[in-house]
Amino acid sequence: MALTGLDIYKLLPKTNCKKCGRPTCLAFAMQLAQKKANLSDCPDVSEEAKNTLGAASAPPIKLVTIGVNDKKVQVGEENVLFRHDEKFYHPTGIGITINDDLSKEEFDERLKKINDMKLTRVGTEIEINLVTLINKSNSAEKFTEAAKKINDSSHLSIILSSTSVDNMKAALATCAEKRPLLHGANAQNCESMAALAVEKKCPMTVTAPTVEELADLAECAKKAGVEEIVLDVSGNNPKEVLQKLTKIRRAALKKNFRAIGFPAITIVSEEDPFQEISLAATYLAKYAGVVVVNNCEPWGIMPLLTVRTNLYTDPQKPIQVEPKLYSIGDVKDNSPVMFTTNFSLTYYTVQGEVESSRVPAYILSVDTGGTSVLTAYSGDKLNDKTVAKAMEDCQVASKVKHKKLIIPGLVAAMSGKLQETLGWEILVGPREASGLPSYLKNEWHN
Amino acid sequence: MEIPNVAEKWTSSVNEITIGATKEKGGTREKTITIGGSKCIPFMDFDGSHGHKPVIAMDVYDTPPDGWPETLIKPFADVLNDPAQWAKKCVEYGADLICLKLEGIHPDKGNKSAAETADITKAILAAVGVPLIIWGCEHDEKDNEVLPKVSQAVKGENCLMGVVTQDNYKTLTVTCLADGHSIITLSPVDINIAKQVNILVSEMDFPLNRIVMFQTTGALGYGMEYTYSIQERERIAALTGDKLMAMPVICDVGHEAWRAKEAKSEDSDAPQWGPREERGPMWETITAMSLLQSGVDIIRMNHPKAVAAVKKCIDRLY
Repeated sequence: MALTGLDIYKLLPKTNCKKCGRPTCLAFAMQLAQKKANLSDCPDVSEEAKNTLGAASAPPIKLVTIGVNDKKVQVGEENVLFRHDEKFYHPTGIGITINDDLSKEEFDERLKKINDMKLTRVGTEIEINLVTLINKSNSAEKFTEAAKKINDSSHLSIILSSTSVDNMKAALATCAEKRPLLHGANAQNCESMAALAVEKKCPMTVTAPTVEELADLAECAKKAGVEEIVLDVSGNNPKEVLQKLTKIRRAALKKNFRAIGFPAITIVSEEDPFQEISLAATYLAKYAGVVVVNNCEPWGIMPLLTVRTNLYTDPQKPIQVEPKLYSIGDVKDNSPVMFTTNFSLTYYTVQGEVESSRVPAYILSVDTGGTSVLTAYSGDKLNDKTVAKAMEDCQVASKVKHKKLIIPGLVAAMSGKLQETLGWEILVGPREASGLPSYLKNEWHN
Repeated sequence: MEIPNVAEKWTSSVNEITIGATKEKGGTREKTITIGGSKCIPFMDFDGSHGHKPVIAMDVYDTPPDGWPETLIKPFADVLNDPAQWAKKCVEYGADLICLKLEGIHPDKGNKSAAETADITKAILAAVGVPLIIWGCEHDEKDNEVLPKVSQAVKGENCLMGVVTQDNYKTLTVTCLADGHSIITLSPVDINIAKQVNILVSEMDFPLNRIVMFQTTGALGYGMEYTYSIQERERIAALTGDKLMAMPVICDVGHEAWRAKEAKSEDSDAPQWGPREERGPMWETITAMSLLQSGVDIIRMNHPKAVAAVKKCIDRLY
């Protein structure tokens, strides 16, 4: 279990030497307990303390890195079961499969499609992380050739999947420097697959039908010297898979059970894409570190990536857009001007509706610290002065010839004061952003 | 290797509510729906019983819906003007319940009268055998004028009616109490207000075990995570003994998901997102599937393809 600040203090030199940069040993101990400091900051710490604290401070779920450089995927090292308790730290790696028994044309076409799976929604590009090569042919030659092709022509991180250690070894010769995740170790081949992973310094998965056997295999891999292990809980029974994921997460976090303190992978393979993406999204929410699917269509992958974006958002931090004047469409000096807040959800909802109205318009995003219209208004962050300042900062008056400002219907109450402060005509817009298209088409005249 | 037992011992459970009444109970429904009763984190029945399976309510509007994309109109094209036939179609598509959304009573959207609305409601009950949810237009004065009359007209049918808010709850609470319906309490993604509305309604002697909670639903990509976390907190509060949070939860997935650009954009506007015939139903499906992990008992949905996918997936996870 985690040590308290006082437990840690007892192990420190208690000299208050300040060499760690903190005023006292107790202050340093408290920060260590909160994981805001590193033990290495103390130059005088004893070996005994190092061992005790080192073991206790190791994260309950090991961080596993797949791939290298800026495209690497890091999963694991999570602290909570529920995002509202803190947050989820390392977004689930999302991968798409490709089989090595495809014809050259089919293979090239699918690989290109996987490489191009980048989607832009609400102004942000989202992307998958992993291409998963399956040794469906059972041939070492085909597997190796395909691995080489991926190594040469994909920017994504790689999962190599084969239960044959020989085939894995051959394929790995072409792409080991990309640090792929080796998928295929089971009760029959665990030791030799682990030896390969150690030799090539790659992370590896272990596959077994029960959580108990997964723990045994993880132990076997660990003994062989593999540090970064991923537990494969894929299976045909969704209920069983989901429950295993929760059991593994709970055992690591609540029981500090190190034997399965690793991230998990689920490879979801369903004939019906709706079932496949549904299950992938479900496992992503609770608690897969890596999810792999066969579906390679934007209408399947985009919702999956969006679930990840949503659930891995820091729940304590409101997400903001830059407070500035946004031009939507081909704006002219007679285009309508409206304002909203810089809470990204609010802003993008308004932006979406303005876009769908096809009326070119300016949206002024007022800095409200990332809060919504009503919250900002109640907290006095959205008032005549903050709006006037935003108008001034963005030089709105120089962009349009008219002096008409559309305000959110929810804050109709501020129109009088705002008119006085700005000297602009205030038009009260709809209460909901969804009313904007009809408002802009029917009510706006200039 | 032996794995430590990680089953949680929850001290309490989600309330059970039955919606609909058969002939023996004074109604006309062929079947009733019971929700709630869970003693565990969603789908983790090694903690304790997972109670009743989450159910799907399909929306029927009292007036042809405004702004529905073609993908969504297609499966209902011949019935959008006829709520009773529309409801029948929903049952064919697998709806466990019908949610009658009274959009057309809104002063700006048709201003339908109470008498007309009562007739529509009775026509739906005559056309289908599943239980009914009746959802107002969220214009306080108009809801307070229409909903009591509708409630009286379907007295004894044990409907689920809503929504009440902390600013407008008295009329509908009294009505549902008198006519034997259950009630939906609304809070705007705020757990404290959720509790407050439940307190206000229960202070009028409305039984807690006839309340269903509604947190305004955020669609996938548009605030889903806010709804998710509030509902997850509500579920944990219910399991740890908070009687004012022990109500089953309803989500409005269909309406919210289909407002999203990702669901409704035409193919010509978003060629990079793939065909809307798949994209729209998938967006609705995944909004529902994600929220199910937070603890939901009734999901309001629209597209038959999404309904079928979610129902099948619930069966497999349950």
